[in-house]
Amino acid sequence: MKKDRIAPSAVVWLVLGALYFLIPLLATFLFSLRGLQSGKCCSFGSYGFIIHDPNFWTTIKLSFRLALETIVIGLVLFVPTIYWVHLKLPRLRPLIGFMALVPFVIPPIILVVGLLKFYKDTLHAPFWFLGKPDLFLVGAYVILAFPYIYFSLDAGFRSIDVHTLTEASQNLGATWRTTLGRVILPNIRVAALSGAFLTLAIVMGEFTIASLATFHTFPTYLQQINQDEAYPAAAATLLSFGITWLAMLSILLIGRRGGQRTVRVGIGR
Amino acid sequence: MAAHVELRELWRSFGAVTALQGINLSLDTAEFVSLLGPSGCGKTTALRLVAGFDQPDSGQILVDGKDLTRVAPNKRDMGMVFQAYSLFPNMTAEQNVEYGLRIRKQPKADRRKRIAELLELVGLGHAGKRYPHQLSGGMQQRVALARALAIEPSVLLLDEPLSALDAKVRVQLREEIRRIQLELGITTIYVTHDQEEALSISDRVAVMYGGKIEQVASPAEMYGNPATPFVAEFIGTMNRLVSAVADDGYVDYGEHRLRVQAAEGLPRGERVLLLVRPETVDIQPAANGESPEGAVTGEVVSHIFLGSTTRVRIEDPSGERGMTADVPPARAETLAIGTRVTATFPPESARLLSLADQPESYAPDPDSQ
Repeated sequence: MKKDRIAPSAVVWLVLGALYFLIPLLATFLFSLRGLQSGKCCSFGSYGFIIHDPNFWTTIKLSFRLALETIVIGLVLFVPTIYWVHLKLPRLRPLIGFMALVPFVIPPIILVVGLLKFYKDTLHAPFWFLGKPDLFLVGAYVILAFPYIYFSLDAGFRSIDVHTLTEASQNLGATWRTTLGRVILPNIRVAALSGAFLTLAIVMGEFTIASLATFHTFPTYLQQINQDEAYPAAAATLLSFGITWLAMLSILLIGRRGGQRTVRVGIGR
Repeated sequence: MAAHVELRELWRSFGAVTALQGINLSLDTAEFVSLLGPSGCGKTTALRLVAGFDQPDSGQILVDGKDLTRVAPNKRDMGMVFQAYSLFPNMTAEQNVEYGLRIRKQPKADRRKRIAELLELVGLGHAGKRYPHQLSGGMQQRVALARALAIEPSVLLLDEPLSALDAKVRVQLREEIRRIQLELGITTIYVTHDQEEALSISDRVAVMYGGKIEQVASPAEMYGNPATPFVAEFIGTMNRLVSAVADDGYVDYGEHRLRVQAAEGLPRGERVLLLVRPETVDIQPAANGESPEGAVTGEVVSHIFLGSTTRVRIEDPSGERGMTADVPPARAETLAIGTRVTATFPPESARLLSLADQPESYAPDPDSQ
């Protein structure tokens, strides 16, 4: 039997692509191994510096917490909305798709200035709102994450026959809530996880809004340490990169397990 | 006895399109009624109204005398099998069957017993642990049937459940559906566009067209005595000959005068549609130039081999009139194309439908013969 072989040109492109991503990482890694005082190779001092820096842990925990809050609010808000649009208002899909593109075209700096001006000058929002990252920042992050969550969920809903599954569930006596929880959600789990981890990646790297709104999150910490301590900044970058990749790996594993049970249903209507 | 299920004057419009125009239908307990008709005739709309997935503009749906017209679908106690594969992909066959029972909070032991019984009933006792994607289309529809039956519904609704399956599985499964329905004695409404399917498994068939029920009758009555030209066109193969009543007991089909018992007592000159089943038509080679009374004379123009019979089409020289006959294949071989023949039928076997309310230009649809 003829074996499938990878074309030599494909190997060349793969190697070039890998190098494009790996060389900067390798360079950052080598840079992070320079001694803190001497600047000479090789020492893990920068990693020790970062791991023992309380600001690293405080900011990374804060950024993770904000990411989780954004994910929860985003999913709670968008899953039922997109479900309803697919089920009852399919004509609104292009409109929502367009709205989801807006955060892509409005730069974060415009967004944060607009938000601050709106809350401070128009609504005269109190400090407990503007001063709390869990309220102000998460609100802004939900807007930023909207396209990522929307397009992931939309693809998930399009891969199942929402109408038939919903009607089958209701016919068996289920309420809307039961249908959503037991039938729809498990079948769009991979899509929801994709949206969630994209959101995680965005919030973990979001600098502009946090900085201009004067919150001290992980990206602002990275920027700060980059000014003061160049080698530890490289170590922190790699550490955060590793954490993000772990998150991506987890979605891959969960998605693969879920994907084995996911089938396309229905023959359209 | 009062009807178990009753549809009263159901009307439903979608914008400018009126999908249902005052549907009336009654089903007795344990009766199997099929809604049969072409695409867009309103049969699925009617079923969705019964299931509660849609609301009628007016009219009522009653089950055991109780008005369910505005009751939510999850409170109607009806089981439904859908046209599309509707099993929950995240659940095994067992879990799918169990779903309705869990919602009803039945004890676990009862649930397990019922799941085993039902999967056995549909012949899938061995496949309970499989996920939908590990089952064939036919198996998925069997599980869907078991799932619908698990909740012991008062009415079973089937919306073209076999249309996505291949021909052999379709025949197998429709017989199983009928067997299970008779075994459980459950009132069933079955929607299909396949007349053979409807005629073979139903107690009664309701033929629908243009949002109306044209005729409700037993399969045999429907086949033998179609009540409207549409039913005559839709059910089985039928010679539909636009004729006029001649003398008492005779009709004129063009220049052919034919003896038809049903024409006795009808006013002379009335336009009628003469209905003759191909299996009742006899074809004999015609003597040279002879065109006997009581027969359609013409030439054989086509043979269609159908297995147990061959369908022979004859047409007169004008090409405007003709008949179709089902004859044994061996006999068809003696009637080569171009052979001049006469076609006759027993006068008592033919039916007549008045065309008084049809336009002058009425002509049977040649494609639906």
